[in-house]
Amino acid sequence: MKYVLLAVAAVVTLAAAVLLGPADVPLRDVLGSPIVWQLRLPRAVLAFLVGGALGVSGVALQALVRNPLADPFLLGLSGGAGLGAVVAIAFDLPGPWALPLAAFVGAVSAMALVYRLGLMGGAELDPRILLLGGVAVGAFAAAITTAIVSLAQATELRNAFLWLWGGFSGASWTTVLVILVYAPLPLGVLAAAARPLDLLALGEEPAQYLGADVRRLKRLVYLAASLLTAAAVAVAGVIGFVGLIVPHLCRLVWGRLHRALFPTAFLAGGILLAAADTLARTVVAPRELPVGIVTALLGVPVFAFLLRRWTVS
Amino acid sequence: MDRELILALRGVTCRYPGAPRDSLQGVSLEVRAGEFHAVLGPNGSGKTTLVRTALGLVRPAAGGTEILERPASGWSRRDLARVVGVLPQREDNLFPQRVRETVLLGRYPHLSLLGGVRAADHAAVERALVACDAADLADRWLWTLSGGEYQRVRLARALAQEPRLLVLDEPTVSLDLRHEMELFELVRALVDGRGLAALVVTHHVNLAARFADRVLLLLEGRPAGAGAPGDVLTRETAERVFAWPVAIAPFDGRPQMIPLRQRKDPP
Repeated sequence: MKYVLLAVAAVVTLAAAVLLGPADVPLRDVLGSPIVWQLRLPRAVLAFLVGGALGVSGVALQALVRNPLADPFLLGLSGGAGLGAVVAIAFDLPGPWALPLAAFVGAVSAMALVYRLGLMGGAELDPRILLLGGVAVGAFAAAITTAIVSLAQATELRNAFLWLWGGFSGASWTTVLVILVYAPLPLGVLAAAARPLDLLALGEEPAQYLGADVRRLKRLVYLAASLLTAAAVAVAGVIGFVGLIVPHLCRLVWGRLHRALFPTAFLAGGILLAAADTLARTVVAPRELPVGIVTALLGVPVFAFLLRRWTVS
Repeated sequence: MDRELILALRGVTCRYPGAPRDSLQGVSLEVRAGEFHAVLGPNGSGKTTLVRTALGLVRPAAGGTEILERPASGWSRRDLARVVGVLPQREDNLFPQRVRETVLLGRYPHLSLLGGVRAADHAAVERALVACDAADLADRWLWTLSGGEYQRVRLARALAQEPRLLVLDEPTVSLDLRHEMELFELVRALVDGRGLAALVVTHHVNLAARFADRVLLLLEGRPAGAGAPGDVLTRETAERVFAWPVAIAPFDGRPQMIPLRQRKDPP
């Protein structure tokens, strides 16, 4: 039932994303229009995939660090990706893939560093140290990023700044294909970890008594969720709030079990981000807002509402 | 006839990294099918460490643990969870959850990686709820339960694992008298009725003496007495372990401990 509902909503959102835009495409021309096929559709599909990835990654990381306020970018990935991207822009690295690749490398480096910090206490990945390490690595990367930006030319600076807020203006079928090839592995790992993650919510010791191999689980989930986020940030920049709010909304509506939570969070994240991107490119057409601004403007009120619900109950 | 040996600790010694002394030293223990085994001792005597070591979460520095005659380190967590159901002292409830969902978690070690929950699993959940007198709680939210109801639900979750051994770590700490008695009666009934083995960690000496077949007394990680309650719970041993003067009086064929007052009332 819930999947039917979400699937219908996804189709409606994608249809709206294809139909709406600054260029007026008459309804009967939609199927033959290059604007639809080359611009709007790949862009909507990419926004959907990235939103889905962020939703799933948020679910996984909230379960891993056992903190409802965790966000895919909390663990230093956004800082690392931002640094990578700014380095690529500042040094004018050539080619269409220089920016996403540099951002990806930055995010994965931050991930590796935080992971290493998380293992400092011994063989067990400590979620508290992951959180603290993520904040520290993120702040460090942000400092270097700001230093580079402050030394850069004004137009470069604007590019770097806008890139950090995220957007899909560079979307193409190639980018969609890259995500479609890349995402199944981390998504599959997380799907297999769904039931053990239910157990982890009880705490590490109780989870082990109920059959979860917690040590392996934490490592796999951290790596899979981070790799998913790194891909999202590489193709779309840092888009906040999707990975924070979608997991909570899904949990609220469909319960806390990860077998249902992962697919619903994927669909809901995709719907939210595809809708947000449609808004981002239509409300001030022909110019565009960075989509991260739209998700923040939508996300903060929802988040405030959720916070109120929790503090009341 | 000797009943099947479920859990055995042989001369187990443990020390946590950086700790000034061994948490356990030379502790041995055997729990057989159909046997209620209590572990008694004051706070910090190593009771919880004993549970963790017995179930392979802590690796002993010396000695060994065997579950169904296989070393604890040779069990995967999943296989072990099909044989041993545990009520840990503490656990979190990060996200709201209903009772039936909670008990279903006990079926997780029986589910295949990608398969769904089968009819047999739902049946096991309902059986466990009935056995723990918690069937009428099934649709309640966990956070609406009283302390006694919550422990019954957690026991149902452990039963849904369909284990051979139940391990309860301080199961009655915050319960009032009625719920405390109910829980011990329930565990005893499961041991007698289904031939389960039970290892119950507690500091309620009198409850342990009434319900357990065997007790192990721990003092600062060392065994201070082991055997049938009537043999182990002498005044000398109890005073040494609990560091307080006591009297021991028999009741219903079991020793009961009465702590004495140290100061007399003024005349």
